[in-house]
Amino acid sequence: MLDKLWLIPLIPFAGFLLNGLFGKKIGNGLVTAVALAASGLTAMVSTLAVFQYLGAYPDHGRHLDRVYNWFTAGGIGTDVAFQLDPLSIVMLMVVTWVGFLIHLYSVGYMGEEDGYGRYFAYLNLFLSAMLILVLGSSYLFIFVGWEGVGLCSYLLIGFYYDRDYAAAAGKKAFIVNRIGDFGFLIAMFLMFNYAGTVDFAGVQSMAARGQLTPTVITAICLLLFLGACGKSAQIPLYIWLPDAMAGPTPVSALIHAATMVTAGVYMLVRSNLLYRMSPSAMMVVALIGGLTALFSATIAVAQNDIKKVLAYSTVSQLGFMFIGVGVGAFTSGIFHLVTHAFFKACLFLGAGSVIHAMGGEQDMRKMGGLRKKIPTTFWTFTVATIAISGFPPFAGFFSKDEILASAFATPYFPAVGKLVWLMGTVAAFFTAFYMFRLWYLTFTGDFRGTHEQEHHLHESPWTMTFPLQVLAVLSIIGGFIGLPQMLHTPVTNLLEHWMQPVIPEIEGIGKLIEIPVGTEATVALVSTLLAALAWYLARQRYRGRGLAADLATEQSHPGLVHTLENKYYVDEGYDATVVTPLRQLSIFSWKVIDGIIDGTLGLVGYTVAAIGDLLRFFQTGNVRNYALMLFGAVVILMWVFA
Amino acid sequence: MTGLLTVVLFLPIAGAILLVFLPKDIPGPIKGGGLLVSLLTFLASLAIVGRFHDGIGGFQLVESHAWIPQWGINYTVGVYGISLWLVLLTTLLTPVVILASWNSIHKHPKEYVISMLVMESAMIGAFLAMDLVLFYVFFELMLLPMYLIIGVWGGKNRIYAAIKFFLFTIAGSLLMLLGIIYLGFQQVHLTAGGVPTFEITQLYGLSLPPHIQTILFFAFALAFAIKVPLFPLHTWLPDAHVEAPTGGSIILAGVMLKMGTYGFLRFVLPFFPDASIHYAPLLICLSVIGIIYGALVAWVQPDMKKLVAYSSVSHLGFCVMGIFAINQASIEGSILQMVNHGLSTGALFLLVGVVYERRHTRMLADYGGIARTMPVYTVFFVIAMLSSVGLPGLNGFVGEFLILAGSFQTHPGYATVAAIGVILAAIYLLWLIQAVFFGPITKDENRSIPDIAWNEIAAVVPLIIMIVWIGIHPNTFLRRMEPSVQQLLATVRGEQPEKVMTASLAAAATRSPVAQTLLSVRSGARMRGRQGLSVGVQGPKGAQTEVSVLRVTR
Repeated sequence: MLDKLWLIPLIPFAGFLLNGLFGKKIGNGLVTAVALAASGLTAMVSTLAVFQYLGAYPDHGRHLDRVYNWFTAGGIGTDVAFQLDPLSIVMLMVVTWVGFLIHLYSVGYMGEEDGYGRYFAYLNLFLSAMLILVLGSSYLFIFVGWEGVGLCSYLLIGFYYDRDYAAAAGKKAFIVNRIGDFGFLIAMFLMFNYAGTVDFAGVQSMAARGQLTPTVITAICLLLFLGACGKSAQIPLYIWLPDAMAGPTPVSALIHAATMVTAGVYMLVRSNLLYRMSPSAMMVVALIGGLTALFSATIAVAQNDIKKVLAYSTVSQLGFMFIGVGVGAFTSGIFHLVTHAFFKACLFLGAGSVIHAMGGEQDMRKMGGLRKKIPTTFWTFTVATIAISGFPPFAGFFSKDEILASAFATPYFPAVGKLVWLMGTVAAFFTAFYMFRLWYLTFTGDFRGTHEQEHHLHESPWTMTFPLQVLAVLSIIGGFIGLPQMLHTPVTNLLEHWMQPVIPEIEGIGKLIEIPVGTEATVALVSTLLAALAWYLARQRYRGRGLAADLATEQSHPGLVHTLENKYYVDEGYDATVVTPLRQLSIFSWKVIDGIIDGTLGLVGYTVAAIGDLLRFFQTGNVRNYALMLFGAVVILMWVFA
Repeated sequence: MTGLLTVVLFLPIAGAILLVFLPKDIPGPIKGGGLLVSLLTFLASLAIVGRFHDGIGGFQLVESHAWIPQWGINYTVGVYGISLWLVLLTTLLTPVVILASWNSIHKHPKEYVISMLVMESAMIGAFLAMDLVLFYVFFELMLLPMYLIIGVWGGKNRIYAAIKFFLFTIAGSLLMLLGIIYLGFQQVHLTAGGVPTFEITQLYGLSLPPHIQTILFFAFALAFAIKVPLFPLHTWLPDAHVEAPTGGSIILAGVMLKMGTYGFLRFVLPFFPDASIHYAPLLICLSVIGIIYGALVAWVQPDMKKLVAYSSVSHLGFCVMGIFAINQASIEGSILQMVNHGLSTGALFLLVGVVYERRHTRMLADYGGIARTMPVYTVFFVIAMLSSVGLPGLNGFVGEFLILAGSFQTHPGYATVAAIGVILAAIYLLWLIQAVFFGPITKDENRSIPDIAWNEIAAVVPLIIMIVWIGIHPNTFLRRMEPSVQQLLATVRGEQPEKVMTASLAAAATRSPVAQTLLSVRSGARMRGRQGLSVGVQGPKGAQTEVSVLRVTR
């Protein structure tokens, strides 16, 4: 398998081709079979490859499988080559197995939708692109996956293409991502200029040998981070992700929570050596992460659409991952990426199950008391809620606290580190609050929807509940891959040991974080207490009271509530400051500048023509005659002299 | 004995002459005949690729005959890495155009097909000509059928657009003609009897004084800049496209515009190297303005064809920037991007024509939601759009990346601004897709548009295949242009051409016995004290011998 890593992305690509070309003709049954076979086979083949890797590389080094040279001209280009190393393996396992579960879930969720074949074709294509992204061995080659997942995101957000808002949301996602990709591209140009390569190992070794100046490294890091801000929805480019909820819910779970949006985190961890050599770039990452985590957590508090709450929650949680990466705790970023994939996928799929039961309704104000009607969804959702809120010993607790403790203890910029810790901690408080608000409003109290909806309420089929159950279990135990030092268990910090070859300790290059046990315990205690407080406040406000508390707040603080509900009017701000002026400039260019050019050239032409008229040479003035003369002259010349 | 290049060059015109004798009222056989001729030409052009040796930078398959010996004008044709794929693009697009207009041209179908075939020969001739006068003849000959195509088969304002197109292009090329004549007389003193020399390879080595270079540079550059078209000389293009029939637009955007970029590579850079290097920043600056300006203006167009036309201004800006960045990667990227633009924009114009046939409107506002009624059509359009946007895995990305990354090495500031064009491309093309294909259907006429027909699918599929091929394995194309670009750069930088030649041959010799033979022939030529640039030609005679060496060793 190790010499055929290319098979891994190729299998789902074959599924894409089959369902894309023949999906309409072969019927839903075969579409299901092809899609599940493709994603299941991919997961199994990947796992097999991982086992072979473990046998062949006891030191967990980098396995490289070069397929062919994609293109090269004047030293610029790259290979189509796949690599396997501890970081790729973590991503590979999350992407393929969570991917498979969500394929399975989709069978139930999308069963009655139009365009079933198209849906699974896109989903398989996404898997393929995502696998290129996590297995590729150079910045340029993973860019294929990077843009490929963006394309699938565009197609799947706009899956219900005849709805205006879905089409607009897809377009917005693609364009905002392109702004990030601009940074990614320039970063690669810099690499070619100064390192002569875009191979991961090549760039890192050039940097480690001191061949790149600090300015270049910082520039590359910041530009790569711009790319990450697009893909992973960070300030100022996060605006596309909430709109992306226009896509089918399983898509939100797979692409916009568990896998694609974490690609930015993956890329930064992949480039950890560069970042460790540029503390200023790291500080930018940490601050943006902290700001995003806090900012979007406050927005989530005031959203009423169940998916919108989870969307802002995802933006916020991605911010946590960037805090981890930014303060130099690269493993903790990946740790949170993994646990988040479990509990957020579980939450989104759970929300999907709720929406399914409600007949498409997403407004929490019309829900309530669902715990009895959809018990499996209820308990899995509850587990995931506890996990994201950060209560021990659930998965989110360990990963989030490792990030916060690292921020507190970071040696790179101690003061800013404390500030970032503070932002993260407050964000964690809001996280627990908005999640329990969602939980109480949805599952407890009285049903607030229509009679028809109430009558229709039902638990989802097994294809949907089974993935929920698996993910719920993972949300409970997922944290055990990164148990902190202070617990003195025999399996302490498994993930950190595993990741060590990817984040090597190199003399003179940014050291790794040591968290003092005291700090870790204090940070954990503080955030657990805050989470408990948030839960208590949510319980006071929403348990058995439905919307009363929110309505009261809206009465007393309308400005605040509306600002939050409207997401601080950021979209409107971008429209007024960027989109509208740009459009006006374009219209001006077209109507005015083009007109001036045309007029000037016309004048020149007219003058020349007038002079020509004076000369009375070829006086017909008919272009067709000129042309004929020319053609005739050519023919005569050829005939005479040939 | 007629050579392969001559066959490819004259096959379409020969076919056109045969068609003249067919009666007017049998459109089926006329179109069929045209298609057959263009397909045969395409097959013949594949043979050029088959006989083309990678690893050789100079001209290959050279044929030379005296044409007007007393003026030193020869019929000399040859192909090298820079023209190879443009010739193939031409021979690919012509049958595509004839297929695409199968059911859309009702007026004078015979004259239409004849015009297309004459056009094809003229374009191929311009790419292959190694004699400046011969080039000029083909360059101007192109105007004629295109003028007719716009003026006869065009839309409402076709006469205005046709005349504008004609005057713009001919205005630029007249100055170039003066330049050509001047160049021809540069080596009069070297030849017996004072005959001028228009042979390109003889002129590559000229080192003209700087002020002469500057004057000639602008004479040539103006002609090519109008053809490209480079900002601010682009205003003829949207009008020409809007009025031209679909087939005319495909040829115009697909191949004709490349005459401009090709002219820069073939004549401007090697003839006037010092002036080119000196004025490169000016041309790069205009290109970058064109990239951004074209993209922004494309975004606000209400007419699909105008949108695609302005997007061409943006895309061709990338090509010119790559040329004047003067480095290996950017120039290879630029050549590839010329082909890419021909494929993706050709496909876009073709597809716009498909709905125009059905609805007789190209206004974005008249559409909306047609993905529901025309699903297959939508898939093709989206692929063409993604190719134009530069999605990695499809052709556009490779070209753009090489241009930008290469230009970044010499002009990082301009390259960075140009890269914004990549964002803008997504904006205007996704806007087009959303407006036409997505959203609810608001107009009743759109509820029952027939999906894309078989002849249209047959026309677009070859383009899609090439789009994917270049995206996945661009080395097929890059490999064959590499030595020619190396040689061009050596000329521009004033390095000893012989040395580079031998070096690249020596590199190739390790792989191919043919090249080894050539290498020895080459050294022989040098021993005789000849100076020159290409493998192919010293004079007509030398060319013949070397070509035959190639044949023998095959």
